[in-house]
Amino acid sequence: MSANEPRRHDLFPHRHLLGIEGLQPHEILGLLDRAEDAIEVSRQVEKKKSVLRGRTQINLFFEASTRTQSSFELAGKRLGADVMNMSVSSSSVKKGETLIDTAATLNAMHPDLLVVRHHAAGAVHLLARKVGCSVVNAGDGAHEHPTQALLDALTIRRHKGTVSRLTIAICGDILHSRVARSNIILLNALGARVRVIAPSTLLPGGIERMGVEVFRDMKEGLKGVDIVMMLRLQRERMNGAFIPSVREYYRYYGLDAEKLSYANEGALVMHPGPMNRGVEIDPAVADGPQSLIREQVEMGVAVRMAVLEALSAHLPNQ
Amino acid sequence: MAKDTATPLVLTNARVIDPARGLDAAGSVILQDGLILAAGPEALNQGAPDGAEIIDCGGAIVAPGLIDMGVSVGEPGHEHRETLASASEAAAAGGITTIVTMPETDPIIDDPALVDFILRRARDTAIVNVKPMAALTKGLNGTDMTEIGLLQEAGAVAFTNGHKSVRNAQIMRRILTYARDFGALVVHHPEDPDLAGGTMNAGLNASWKGLSGVPREAEIIMVERDLRLVAMTKGNYHASLISTSDAAEAIQGGKDRGLNVTAGVSINHLTQNENDIGPYRTFFKMSPPLRDEDDRNAMIKAVADGTVDIICSNHDPQDVETKRHPWAEAEDGAIGLETLLAAALRLYHAGDIGLQPLLAAMTINPAKRLGLDAGRLSAGAPADVTVFDPDRPWVLEKSAIRSRSKNSPFEDARFSGRVLRTIVAGRTVYTYS
Repeated sequence: MSANEPRRHDLFPHRHLLGIEGLQPHEILGLLDRAEDAIEVSRQVEKKKSVLRGRTQINLFFEASTRTQSSFELAGKRLGADVMNMSVSSSSVKKGETLIDTAATLNAMHPDLLVVRHHAAGAVHLLARKVGCSVVNAGDGAHEHPTQALLDALTIRRHKGTVSRLTIAICGDILHSRVARSNIILLNALGARVRVIAPSTLLPGGIERMGVEVFRDMKEGLKGVDIVMMLRLQRERMNGAFIPSVREYYRYYGLDAEKLSYANEGALVMHPGPMNRGVEIDPAVADGPQSLIREQVEMGVAVRMAVLEALSAHLPNQ
Repeated sequence: MAKDTATPLVLTNARVIDPARGLDAAGSVILQDGLILAAGPEALNQGAPDGAEIIDCGGAIVAPGLIDMGVSVGEPGHEHRETLASASEAAAAGGITTIVTMPETDPIIDDPALVDFILRRARDTAIVNVKPMAALTKGLNGTDMTEIGLLQEAGAVAFTNGHKSVRNAQIMRRILTYARDFGALVVHHPEDPDLAGGTMNAGLNASWKGLSGVPREAEIIMVERDLRLVAMTKGNYHASLISTSDAAEAIQGGKDRGLNVTAGVSINHLTQNENDIGPYRTFFKMSPPLRDEDDRNAMIKAVADGTVDIICSNHDPQDVETKRHPWAEAEDGAIGLETLLAAALRLYHAGDIGLQPLLAAMTINPAKRLGLDAGRLSAGAPADVTVFDPDRPWVLEKSAIRSRSKNSPFEDARFSGRVLRTIVAGRTVYTYS
């Protein structure tokens, strides 16, 4: 690390980023500050730094992902790392190779950074205990998706100047959402007021004790809200009688201009993607003037650069 | 095993505890020809048999050997996880003299020839008594009743569907009715499989972890259903493992109404709660799931007041292949033979349960429920005895675990209370060194 970099960059004391849980507010803010610098890099003609030169980053994805995987790939490359993408379909895993076997195989390749997405909660923790490198959680089951929460916070901060004291509503399929869990923790840590809005069947047990205000009515819940975060309805997990139909869901929980009008004037709309247009969000809102959805993608690369860079301080031989 | 020409043993300088007759007194225990000759203060007046070996217990407790009801063994089919021999070694080290085995092997114990197989393998390889439970339904499919009469004749001591509930109430009703004619005990794992559907206790903890929950109601509803069926059929019913205060209340209600019902609890649910899971540690994944602290306390109270009759280890050996997975994909189960007594003594040291009721739940209660001639220290009973120092400290080290599988939730745990000697049919099968 060169001497002219700001002190705050020394402040990330973790070897892995497995979740937002366990991060201190100043550590979160430190990552956001670092991401601001990364935005500058990404907007230059020469989009390259050398922090990770000679390092190997493996993106290990057990679950299909376009956005997150390409975002991590670009982030690693912009920092000078050699990036390899490995997509492991769950079917080949079921043929007998356990996650631990996979970890041992990867370990033999001496990666420095491992970015993991897995369909099971806790899988990334398990891997992190078994490999010798730094691990970044790119989403584990319905548990956490820390870089998504960080990029959401970065996006909000750039528009509102701060996250503290804003009222932020997270809407939709909270039950199955890792994005919701990471955001609830992060936004609370930074002093926001967090609401969740969903039908009761899509809320996890004990939600009222998770540091949020709970609303079942969208219009009621959106009153006085500064930021509306929509979640994707995970239709692949809907075979357990959670909601009767998509059209009924859209009627009561889909974000359209009318429902949005109950929020504060100038309220901003976010969505982690991929969107189901016409299911949880009206295309006119998704692509409208209050939407930050496209900007979230840009922030995604910056935040992941920040995370990789912060963890690089813990790589061996440094 | 019972046929014996072992040297007679005299255990002197002992604190003799026999819950079957409420005895807790200084005394000695005399064992001869595989039977107890005398135990307690009265044995002090009796001379030692010719050629007897005299063992000074140094004030340690001598109690009936423990009976562990519901032990999973990998034999046949999964011998790499546990054999009858290795399970019996682990049991002996834990002061257990009788293991009552689960039928969830491969093949499943649903045929008289397989009961015979278990008994013969046990006779040839095991150092403690082995009493097999047979499957309640063929292949544990939950629909076709097994040959309860023939299985009983072959030596099955009870009938269970393992860790799977019988979903269909009509089938459960018929089985309870038919089993009653043979005086057979139906041991049931009460958990509604549709409502269960999750991987840890439902609630805030599961929500933060992003795991699907097993609601308490899955157990409560099944216990309540079963109690209605027992009332209807007059069957003999034992809820193998309960974990919630409401299920305990329901069982007590059934007893109050005169039903022939009993209940068991695993030592894990008496000494651990869902917070022990920590960062997705799969050795703490079990069925029923570890509940919250309120339920743990309720289960302790239920043992103390006799609502819950039997404490078992719910020993279930699982290896790396089945445990080293992400939480939701890992198998249920924890080993527990070697730690049953030591973990139970935590409840005694904490002042939660007295030694008498605690030991009764692991000796005379299961013996009575299963109709076994064991679990007591009276003259003429089998010489199955455990000697333990309730205060001696020790640490469970993974390398010292005798089970072939090492999936203990008590790894590196500190215990006060150490088994010093285990005697089966008059022969010493374990000594602590």
